[in-house]
Amino acid sequence: MTAVEPRATVEITVDGVAVEARPGEMLIAACERSGTYIPRFCYHPRMSPVGMCRMCLVEVDTGRGFGLQPSCMVPVSEGMKVSTDSDAAKKAQDGVLEFLLINHPLDCPVCDKGGECPLQDQTMAYGPGETRFVEEKRHFPKPIAISETVFLDRERCILCDRCTRFADEVAGDALIHFMGRGNHTEVNTFTDEPFASYFSGNTVQICPVGALTAAPYRFKARPWDLTETLSTAWVDSLGSRVAVQASRNRVLRVLGADADAVNWGWLSDKERFGFEALNSAERLSAPMIRDAVDGDSREFRQAGWGEALEAVADALRATSPERVAVLGGARLANEAQYMWAKLAKGVVGTDNVDAQLGDGLDPHLVLGLPRATIDDACRPGATVLLVGPDPKEELPTLYLRLRHAIVNDGVKLVEVTPHATGLSHLAAHSLRPSPGTTARLVAELVDAATGPVPPGGPSEIEAAARSLREAGDGVVVVLGRMSLAEPADIADAAARELSRLPSARFLPALRRGNLMGALEAGLAPGLVPGRTQLEDAGEGAPLVESWPRLPDSLGLDATSVLRAAARGDIDVLVLLGADPLNDFVDRDLAYRGLRGAACVVAVDLFVNDSASLAARAVLAAAGPTECDGTFTNVEGRVSIMSRKVTPPGTARADWMIAADLCERLEPGSTRGLDSPQAIRAELAQISRAHAPITEDALTQNPMEGVLLASPSGATGEAGGWRRSGRPTMGRSPVDRTEPATGPAGREDPLEELPEDGFLLVATRTMYDDGVMLRHCGSSRGLAPAATARINPADTDRIDIDVGTAVRVVSDFGHIEATLATDAGVPAGSLRVDWLAPGAPANALIAAATDVTVVSVEAR
Amino acid sequence: MGTPSATGGYPAPLPDRSAGAGYLQHAPGYVLNDGPKLVTGRFVHEDSFTLERSVATGGYEGLRAALEMTPAAVHDEVRAATLLGRGGAGFPAGVKWGFLPPGKRPYYLVVNGDESEPGTYKDRLLMERDPHQLIEGCLIACYALGLQQCFLYVRGEMALAQERIAAALNDAYAAGYVGRGICGSDFSVDIVMAWGAGAYIVGEETALIESLEGRRGMPRLKPPYFPAAVGLYGQPTIVNNVETLSNLPWLMVNGSDAYKGHGSESSPGTRMFAVSGHLRRPGVYEVEHGVTTFRELIYGDNFCRGIREGHELKMFIPGGGSAPWFFEDHLDLPLEARPVGAAGSMLGSGAIVIMDDTTDAVRAAWRVVKFFARESCGKCTPCREGTTWLEQILRRILDGEGRPSDIDLLLDIGDNISPGPYPVAAHDGSEAVPFPPRQTTICPLGPSAVAPVVSTIRRFRHEYEAKITRRDPIPIEVVPVGASQ
Repeated sequence: MTAVEPRATVEITVDGVAVEARPGEMLIAACERSGTYIPRFCYHPRMSPVGMCRMCLVEVDTGRGFGLQPSCMVPVSEGMKVSTDSDAAKKAQDGVLEFLLINHPLDCPVCDKGGECPLQDQTMAYGPGETRFVEEKRHFPKPIAISETVFLDRERCILCDRCTRFADEVAGDALIHFMGRGNHTEVNTFTDEPFASYFSGNTVQICPVGALTAAPYRFKARPWDLTETLSTAWVDSLGSRVAVQASRNRVLRVLGADADAVNWGWLSDKERFGFEALNSAERLSAPMIRDAVDGDSREFRQAGWGEALEAVADALRATSPERVAVLGGARLANEAQYMWAKLAKGVVGTDNVDAQLGDGLDPHLVLGLPRATIDDACRPGATVLLVGPDPKEELPTLYLRLRHAIVNDGVKLVEVTPHATGLSHLAAHSLRPSPGTTARLVAELVDAATGPVPPGGPSEIEAAARSLREAGDGVVVVLGRMSLAEPADIADAAARELSRLPSARFLPALRRGNLMGALEAGLAPGLVPGRTQLEDAGEGAPLVESWPRLPDSLGLDATSVLRAAARGDIDVLVLLGADPLNDFVDRDLAYRGLRGAACVVAVDLFVNDSASLAARAVLAAAGPTECDGTFTNVEGRVSIMSRKVTPPGTARADWMIAADLCERLEPGSTRGLDSPQAIRAELAQISRAHAPITEDALTQNPMEGVLLASPSGATGEAGGWRRSGRPTMGRSPVDRTEPATGPAGREDPLEELPEDGFLLVATRTMYDDGVMLRHCGSSRGLAPAATARINPADTDRIDIDVGTAVRVVSDFGHIEATLATDAGVPAGSLRVDWLAPGAPANALIAAATDVTVVSVEAR
Repeated sequence: MGTPSATGGYPAPLPDRSAGAGYLQHAPGYVLNDGPKLVTGRFVHEDSFTLERSVATGGYEGLRAALEMTPAAVHDEVRAATLLGRGGAGFPAGVKWGFLPPGKRPYYLVVNGDESEPGTYKDRLLMERDPHQLIEGCLIACYALGLQQCFLYVRGEMALAQERIAAALNDAYAAGYVGRGICGSDFSVDIVMAWGAGAYIVGEETALIESLEGRRGMPRLKPPYFPAAVGLYGQPTIVNNVETLSNLPWLMVNGSDAYKGHGSESSPGTRMFAVSGHLRRPGVYEVEHGVTTFRELIYGDNFCRGIREGHELKMFIPGGGSAPWFFEDHLDLPLEARPVGAAGSMLGSGAIVIMDDTTDAVRAAWRVVKFFARESCGKCTPCREGTTWLEQILRRILDGEGRPSDIDLLLDIGDNISPGPYPVAAHDGSEAVPFPPRQTTICPLGPSAVAPVVSTIRRFRHEYEAKITRRDPIPIEVVPVGASQ
């Protein structure tokens, strides 16, 4: 039997002109690509067609004569003839437009959508000048709040099903529905079930009329006053592409841009509305300094840049390199990260630099693993192994892509997570290791998947292993840090186990904005830009020519930096957008470290809790919409971040602050580095990984961006990892002063659990008490109140009613929360959110312990 | 508008509903006339809905007969009998059954008991009076098609039918007619009853499937055109009408030759017609299919015995609320789908509504349009907005607020819901436009609302014009439910 070659194209005739169409594509899309725009309201290329609005009716002839068909529902077929402007088609379209308008309020002058409204545009272009409708229009109270941020005006609604379809089909949060019927049909929420979706803002963007509006933009601007620039979202590490819109030097709206390889036009509400923090009145507009953190002169005072920078430079000059440390950097653009790496390692000469705060993965491992793209993970038929955090909470647009792939493209998900995730109900297999046992469980899984004997047992782990085995070389591992109460060693050990999966590729689920960029730029101990080990960066490396010096010895990671600071061994601690008090895994150690460092310098948009506690100087930095640069997402995709507005006051771009300090400490060290482009050029010169990032490539791929060279090169050379040998998959060369007990150190922490004890699981939620969210006007209240969740079966073990206020106590501290049950939490575990308002989970955790045992007390 | 008169709003005496007139007091609406009784034979018994009476009068004999044949032979028998679907489309059931794609199991049988076409109340009687006959029919169909699961969907408002079917299912399960190893064979079927929430559109088979799956009852988009390809839970599904399945027991006992002995060659057997309106003897009749004409049914002594005293026929709806209207010109058409369709209307679900010369054409059209406006599911724009707009304009004309442009506006709105020439009945020498209408909508509900408007404007334009120029409101009386009983 000979296979029939699938045809690459089919030929159709649109208004008498022959047009090539793609097999299977809908007529409306084929016509649009060939230049014939068919009006539509319900059709959206990223959602399944519903054919509801009937606006796209055209005459179609497939051999049996012309007849009216909705072009969003008709797949093209060979020889199809289409008439989009016949009398019958025009009459039908005019009729539908009239039907849509009869009950539409025509309050365009006060409608936020006016000026960018498809219904208005269509009416202006083709609509009747006068109405034939003399009856009373349909009335509803308007608008109603269907969530904290989204408002619904049912009078304007044309019932196109876009928002409800999005909520159900794309986000999986079917919280808005059609209600009533006929002419009384309306979109609404059920009583007491608000549209509390992380993705609600997308419905506002895709609404074809002004029915859905979002609090941050309501009545703020008219679309024709806005100017727009393509940029990259900064709140998580996925790098969703966005359009930033501003008027009169103020960002007013962020919309999702449809990058086929990344976010498909969707955004989480945090990405969409996070810009509000940048407009906050509490933004720093000038450097602030104080002479002491205790005593009389502890209030910050505004300072000039010269004074502030000279003070910092003085502090750096007055000490030796190994007594200087830099924490953070994920907030920065790639160029700024490179400049800070150069300042710290190449000018000051310290290797005590860590962009992660004990809550990430071994950077050497992340940079060495063969990398997958989002498209690889979502390829039809792929198998995805999730060993990491809940994507819905931490990488929301990845969650949307994975959800779509699982539901529509047969992608199989195997998840190893400490509690149920937003994808658990779609997962083929869910494994729930107890805290402390992750690495062992992953090792078992990998053994079963790769062993000589195919796994045949009935256990969930064997079944999961079978799925991985059947996937062959199609496994994409989404790898991240799961519970923050489980030390990094265990996560790193699990990651090393996973690297034994043959031809598996990895998508690191990193926390916080541009963390991949930070690691690629060398903001980690033992690394310099270009995925190069510090020990290999000496003689002959291109780095040597542009960097005045290199650190003499390997530096400390964040945990060790804070320990050293607590001992009084750190003189200058730079917080590069970091807030260790809230983000570091051990709150007590963070506190002691901050207080123990002689001089803490923060570079930030706000005075965060850590800076407020300990900083001597806070350097006002420009926000992500206020400076040019590039962003590296977890795939290694570099895309443009554009300056849209000017920073408040004299706040400066992070790269400029670093460059200024470099010049003060080592005149001439930044010669020629007077723009982000120039910095990019230097980085591309010294890092082979960055070689593809040319100005031409960025200009030619404005939407998709450009991928860094993958570390998966055949010899290990392509990424410029090492001059000799393969990537080291081993432990980071950095000395960890007090290594936690290894993954095999304990057999099963559950067995040693006290009768009323629980193993702590702490994971991040999308909304928390972080400094940026605190300043987002409309999202501020969304951080869930502190809750301690236990498995329903565990309620018997404690004599406390569910729903009551409790105190969660560990050996190191306590937090207050409300007790709740959650079947997604395994028995024996107690789950808390990472940074609930007033209840920081890191108060319970000590960096040196491998499992955190907590108990629950009534309060 | 005032208190109802003694006759419940009827200006003339009510029809005689006594037993002497042929009505059965225990089967309200059913008229026991002369003629073959293939599906209503058991109605004479007051306890016809019980298992005991059913079995005593030959119940489940058709199932036993079927179980002695091979499933394919049962299917062949149904095909040979040319049993036409009774839900409205009139498609041969045996052919429909053949559409199930091989190998894509499981298959499902869904019984459409959501009888809601205005004027139709025959399936209600079948479900209330003889649920075991329906269950037996389901079992025969399941046996023929090799199905194990049947869903019996009953209209939400039909509480008694739901009660009787539920009781009958319990009894049939207990007696071994439904469930595992039926009648000692290795044939097993589960029948589940489900009921609607009161939506006309759920009578449309894909909307019924949506409702059965627990979603809003909205028609599915086509293609796929038939649930036999993609139906309930995405599986191949046969959707059959209650009356269609109720024919199967008699057919299995008596064979396809005997079945074809009744009715016409192209439409064999009998059919139930629900005839309502200004008649001397309105009711549900089991009529030989294809050989009776509208005139016989309306005027015949064995049937409705003519228009009520002192009045003339003005117009009638031949196939339920969604059919274009007929007039005296069409009385000699046979009760058969094809000629009725060619004449510009449809026989539909067998609901014939008779209106005499006391009927105000505009008001009658308004009442039917109001029904469709209320029942539009709201999914697609022309139907959601258009039906209500039509209703509002007609209401305004009746209120004495009509405008001269309204008649053209009504026709143009109709054209935007159902583009091109609308099916109209041939009269006054005009040419008939055959059924069905074209549509800008997903399902035929929207175009159905256009039928009364186009029908009445065509024939009674002068009544519209008179109302528009006279500008005096016509009171719309509210007749309380049950007042006309």
